Amino acid sequence: MKEFSYSRAEGPADAIELGTATTQASPVRYLAGGTNLIDLMRVGVEQPDRLIDISRLPLTDIEDLPDGGLRLGALSLNSSVANDDRVRLRYPLLARAILNGASAQLRNKATTGGNLLQRTRCGYFYDLTTACNKRVPGAGCDALEGQHRTHAILGAGDSCIAVHPSDMCVALAALDAVVNIEGPHGAGRAVPLTEFHRLPGDTPHIETVLEAGELVTSIDLPPAPPGRAAYVKVRDRASYAFALTSVAVLLDADAGRTRSARIALGGVAPKPWRAYAAEELLIGAEPNQATFRRAAEEAVADARPRRDSGFKVELVKRLIYRTLAELTPDVAEEER
Amino acid sequence: MSSTTFRSSVAVPVTMRVNGIEHELTLDPRVSLLDCLREQLRLTGTKKGCNQGACGACTVLVNGRRINSCLTLAVQCHEAEITTVEGMAADEVGNAAQQAFIAHDGFQCGYCTPGQICSAVAMLAEFEAGAPSAVTDDVAEPPTVLDDAEIKERMAGNLCRCGAYNGIVAAIKDIQERESQP
Repeated sequence: MKEFSYSRAEGPADAIELGTATTQASPVRYLAGGTNLIDLMRVGVEQPDRLIDISRLPLTDIEDLPDGGLRLGALSLNSSVANDDRVRLRYPLLARAILNGASAQLRNKATTGGNLLQRTRCGYFYDLTTACNKRVPGAGCDALEGQHRTHAILGAGDSCIAVHPSDMCVALAALDAVVNIEGPHGAGRAVPLTEFHRLPGDTPHIETVLEAGELVTSIDLPPAPPGRAAYVKVRDRASYAFALTSVAVLLDADAGRTRSARIALGGVAPKPWRAYAAEELLIGAEPNQATFRRAAEEAVADARPRRDSGFKVELVKRLIYRTLAELTPDVAEEER
Repeated sequence: MSSTTFRSSVAVPVTMRVNGIEHELTLDPRVSLLDCLREQLRLTGTKKGCNQGACGACTVLVNGRRINSCLTLAVQCHEAEITTVEGMAADEVGNAAQQAFIAHDGFQCGYCTPGQICSAVAMLAEFEAGAPSAVTDDVAEPPTVLDDAEIKERMAGNLCRCGAYNGIVAAIKDIQERESQP
């Protein structure tokens, strides 16, 4: 591991002041749990000259918001969030999504902010001997014609087809969470989670909207939405593996009509993917097999699979359909 | 700047309490907690399996929580309370775990075993405290039965290449039954 200078930040403002000094040539990185960053540093993908340990900052609280929502401190542990009574009761979708990620040991160390900011696990990104536009802008992408069955079928382009690996973020996208950011000179801003991560476009090395030094301080959940919810993850193993595809669905139906629907996908795009067109198709319509099938089709209408990722198109369709069906008692009954 | 800065050529002072004994160390910030335990403190019970958080052989307890010590910098553990497998015998559940792993043939080569035991002890505490898992039916309710599915899910972060899983699960069930008896 490359040498670096290590500091413990004494407060958010202190951390930010140090963080703004980051440059491409001499990066400064915040260290929270470190479960992704330390791994990346060990393989040489991340090579900060300076590590600012923010893990002791007072950003661990999970607190109720006046509007009935919930604020997750950026340094709250993944396990703490999943285990919190308020999350389990009001946002079970989020608890279940987090519990489907990583292992208990990792969830006990990884933080909300770290989970948001974790980087892709694309094998080419990790391998310094290969071409990767994220690591070296303009170098090319060896995944395009390489091994990419775990890569993106939505939102990606010819510069990068890596996926965002988080389960937590898929649920947060479905819940319309908002990311709170603190910047230099006390400046603060709030960004919807669905706009926080950037699509690769021509600049896959720029992954979020964060500016130099900006610090994620918390994530806000709006008041719990009505209806039923499910998080379903499909992966090569029964546990402790990233998603080939995952879906977070929130469905509220009444008197033969869907009042609201949210569908977010994981494992298939460079960012947690809201299937807005599919949602629009569901809202106002009768929740039945035919509508669900149409929604599933709509969700993959713009899918661009590559040589070995075509199976994901069918997988996403079936997963969306199945999850919608299981959340709707009448349809679930018909299916049996 | 008001924060304390250390260059790695100047080692960082770290104090940690390991298995009840306080240690004052000065470390290169690159040293993982795993390497610190094994190399600096000569507590070689904890093992390095993958060094990337994928196998769990490096599992130890930091401030009561099971974590992968390979993905932790020792400097992050300044003022922390750490328990390794060497400290398990002194703990009631830890001791029961060691006995149960022997009684139920919960290991072959023994390499993953320290991590399995630390993980199992912490897992049982998590369960007793009402923490749900990915296989828990209703996450809003505290899980009531630690069945095979729950054990396997909760222990998913500890791999065993010898395939002693059946013995490990049996050992954990044994510990839980003993500990839940009045």
